[in-house]
Parts: sequence; structure tokens; C-alpha cells
Amino acid sequence: MFAEFTEALFSIFFVETLINGLLLGGVLALLSLGLNLIFGVIDVVWICYAEIIMLGMYTIYFLHVDGGMPLILAAACGVGVTALLGWLTHRLVIGYLLQAAPINQLLATGGLLFFFQGAAMVAFGIEFRNLGVSLGSLAVSEDIYLSWTRLLSFAIAAGVVVVLYQFLSRSYLGAAIRAISQDREIMILMGVNTKKLYLLTSAIGGGLAGLAAALLALQYDVHPFIGLSFGPITFMVCVMGGLGNMVGGFLAAFVFSELITIGGYFAELEWGYVLAFAFFIAAMFVRPEGLFARKS
Amino acid sequence: MLTLRNVNAGYGDFQALFDVSLDVNAGEAVAVIGPNGAGKSTLMRVISGMIPATAGHIEMEGRSVLDAPAHDIVGMGIAHVPENRRLFPRMTVEDNLRMGCFMPQFRARYEERKDFVYELFPRMLERRNQMAGTLSGGEQQMCAIGRALMSDPKILLMDEPSAGLAPVIVQQVFDLIERIRAEGLTVLIVEQNVKQVLRIVDRAYVLESGTLRLEGTADELLQSAEIQKAFMGM
Ligand SMILES: Nc1ncnc2c1ncn2[C@@H]1O[C@H](COP(=O)(O)OP(=O)(O)OP(=O)(O)O)[C@@H](O)[C@H]1O
Ligand SMILES: [Mg+2]
Repeated sequence: MFAEFTEALFSIFFVETLINGLLLGGVLALLSLGLNLIFGVIDVVWICYAEIIMLGMYTIYFLHVDGGMPLILAAACGVGVTALLGWLTHRLVIGYLLQAAPINQLLATGGLLFFFQGAAMVAFGIEFRNLGVSLGSLAVSEDIYLSWTRLLSFAIAAGVVVVLYQFLSRSYLGAAIRAISQDREIMILMGVNTKKLYLLTSAIGGGLAGLAAALLALQYDVHPFIGLSFGPITFMVCVMGGLGNMVGGFLAAFVFSELITIGGYFAELEWGYVLAFAFFIAAMFVRPEGLFARKS
Repeated sequence: MLTLRNVNAGYGDFQALFDVSLDVNAGEAVAVIGPNGAGKSTLMRVISGMIPATAGHIEMEGRSVLDAPAHDIVGMGIAHVPENRRLFPRMTVEDNLRMGCFMPQFRARYEERKDFVYELFPRMLERRNQMAGTLSGGEQQMCAIGRALMSDPKILLMDEPSAGLAPVIVQQVFDLIERIRAEGLTVLIVEQNVKQVLRIVDRAYVLESGTLRLEGTADELLQSAEIQKAFMGM
């Protein structure tokens, strides 16, 4: 039994698993990024974030499959649509609830979740739709194959993280986005229109959801409930990284993805999720403020 | 330069300022003194747009301040160093300064203004990559004043710049204000250190329970028995 275990540990497939975990982490990191950005700045958790991703996936699907638009262009439109959805979410809902109790804000975005889900069901039906795009896989060695989709997702996710980091650390708007989360009230003294900045942040967060949608649409079928399959894990990644802490969320994404793939390697994939969730619960007992939360 | 006429302001149903009228002329330094809770900070906040006025007029160089969107007021040349400094604690000194230069029309002069601030406060140059929240009290005050100076304002509103500082540092802050004045800036300052502030300003107003009670030149007020009794413990 033990020999079997060590053998499995040193097998070439385990290496493949670790790499796949890393690649999955890239997408999880991207998923958590937009949510963290919005929470960090506006202090509201968008429960409906994964449903915005779902709508982005539908946009890409219809433009590409039914509209015959090249995939890249369809993905760009998907980003545009989700950015608009993000903007609207703030403009029509959150903007009116900034002073409301957190529970009411949660209920409102939770309501949006069901609204988006229901709307998708009415409009598109419950069938599963597949983009039908396969990028094949890369043979690293005779035994290790890595899916191009995952490699691409990782590369794009990593690229976006770098771009976002540069934007936040170097530009005036980026500085304002960091500043507003630290002191909302005095932004007026800096000449910042906080309403506009919130809308911009919401649109960027929405756009990031669209980007995640493009990557997920390559790997998964689209259906109205797809949000439920990665929404919870996105929240866990964010909470574990310390809500609003983008670097923490980034690291937590990789911890999670490795747990999932390693669990899936030794047992079934479902066990990978069980392992990840168990780790989450244990981590919440040890460090309720998040594993990588900064000390306040 | 700055004119307030019959200004009322408050928080929700609570009225904190009653019929306040005051003037600050170009090149002048004017102090507002008064007991805790008198409404001094409220006065500063209503000028810089942090809270709305419920009645009255405010004009800056002939333009109505109250008709402008609150976030455009700094663009009219009014910079406010708020009570308790209110730096962005998890941002570096330099990023804090950059926020003072946020408005698009200020950005072209960012480097120039930054050099000016670093020349005024060499300590800030040393600490430019340090998180503002980890600065000492005196350094934080320098950073807050520096941030306000980044927009090259015409008038600087300062709300208790010496609060919470050791006596030696307080003296440094007052020296600093004199240097800022020498640069040609107009200053409206709220202070608890009445004796010290009256030495560096031209005129002062006394605010009590939201109403201006007294007004005079700094010398007049320094001599006034009433002021001495109320604020200087004599
Ligand atoms: N955010 C607020 N909400 C409600 N009331 C407030 C608020 N800020 C101030 N007040 C009230 O307005 C009145 C004036 O407050 P203000 O802060 O202007 O006084 P102050 O003269 O600056 O006092 P201090 O010397 O203690 O700084 C006080 O009665 C205060 O309780
Ligand atoms: Mg005050």
C-alpha cells in the first residue's frame, strides 16, 4: 500500500498532475481577480459574478457558433458585454445600496444571480452548448500531454495579472482605485469623482469575467447553471486569499487548484473538490481572515 | 479670494453651522479658532465639498463653489489638508503625493510639483517608498500637506495640523506654515494651539456652537482678555 503510494508520487503522471494543477490555477486566479477587485474597491461581494461569466460564455457561443464570428472577435465582444453588465450592475443596483447594510447588498446581488440564471433559462433553454473548438494538446514528452486550452488559459490569465498589476501600480486611475478602498470619503479632496470610479471598477471587473468566460468556454459546455459549478470555488479562493486582497487571491487560486488536481489524481476528481473544500473549512478555523490576509 | 456668505451646513437633521460669513483675501493667512465641537472642521469640509451646504453662498475668485461638482473644487485652487491627515495608509508616500495630482489638468506638472514638495520636506524624499501608515505623526503631517500642495493650490485649508504632535514638532509645523506662506499661498487654518497660531496669521475668527462670535486681527485677538481667558488659560 505504502509502496504503491510512493510509486504514484514519483510517477511521471504525478508531475503532469502538478502541472495541470498549475494551469488550472491560472484560470481560478483570473476568476478571483475581478471579484476581488470589485470587493476591494466597493466593499460589496458580487454573488452573481459567476453568472456574469455565464452570460459572457453565451455571448461568445452565439457570436461564434451562430454568428460565424471568428473566435477572437467573439471573445472580445464577450468581454465588452460583461463589462457592460458589470457597469449596469453598479449603475442600476449596487450604486443605490452603498450605504445599505451588507446583508441587503448580498441579498441584492444574490437576487441578480437568480435573475441572470432565470433570464438565461428563458432565453436560451437548459440545453448544454459546446463551442466545439478543440486546440489539441502539446506532447511535452512521450507520457506527458498538456492541453493547449489550459496552457493558453494560463498564459492569458498570467498576462492579465501582469497588465492589471501595472495598471494599478503605475497609472493615476490605478492609484485612485487603490486609494478609494482605503478612504472613500476624502477622494473628493483629490478631485476624484467616486461614482465614476466605481462604475469604471465595475466595468473592469465585468470585463475580467468576460475574459474568464472566453477561457472557460473552451473547456466547458455552456448552460444556465454553469455559474454554480465555479461560483462557489471562486468565492472560496477569494475568501482564503483574504477578500479584496488580490495577491492573496492569486496565491490561494494555486493552492486550491493543486489540491483539486492532486485529490483527483489519487482518487476521483470529485474527491479533489472534497479535499479542497475540507482544506478551506480547516483554513477558516485557523485563519478566519484568510490565509494570506494582511495583518490589520 | 474666498468668500462665504450666510452658510449653513450639518449632518442629516443636525445643523452644525449657522449663517457663517467670512472672507479670506489673497495672500492672507486666516485662523479659525473655537472650542471642540464648534464646527471648525465642518466649516472646512463645506468649503472643500466634503459635505454640502444647506444654505448660503461660497465663492472662490468670483466663481461659485457650491454650484460646482464637489470633485471639481480642488480644480478651482482649493486644497484641503483634512483633520487627522487622512493619508492612504497602505500606499507609499510617493503614491499619496500622486493622488494629490490626480486631476488631469495637474498631471503634466507632477514631476515639478513633486520636486517642490521634496525640497520643502527633504524627509519625504527619504521616505518616498515607505507606506504612509508607518510614518511618524510629524512625517504624516508633512505628507498630508505635501499631498495638498501637489495641485499647486491658491488657498490651503488646514485642519489642526499640529494635533497629536509633540511640542517640538508642533513648532516645526508652524515654521513650515510660515514657509508655505512665503511661497505666496493663502492659508485658512483651524488650530487648538491658539497662542501659536495667532503669531503666524494675519486675522482670525472665533467660532462657537456653529456661529462666528468674534473677528479681528491676530494682534487684537492676542490682546483680548476674553480670548486669553477662553483659550490660553490666563
Ligand atoms: N460625520 C458627522 N456626523 C454627524 N455629526 C457630526 C459629524 N461630524 C461632526 N459632527 C457634529 O458636528 C458638530 C461640529 O463638529 P466639528 O467636527 O466641525 O467640530 P470641530 O470644531 O472641528 O471640533 P474639534 O475641535 O473637536 O475638531 C459636532 O457637534 C459634531 O458632533
Ligand atoms: Mg475638528
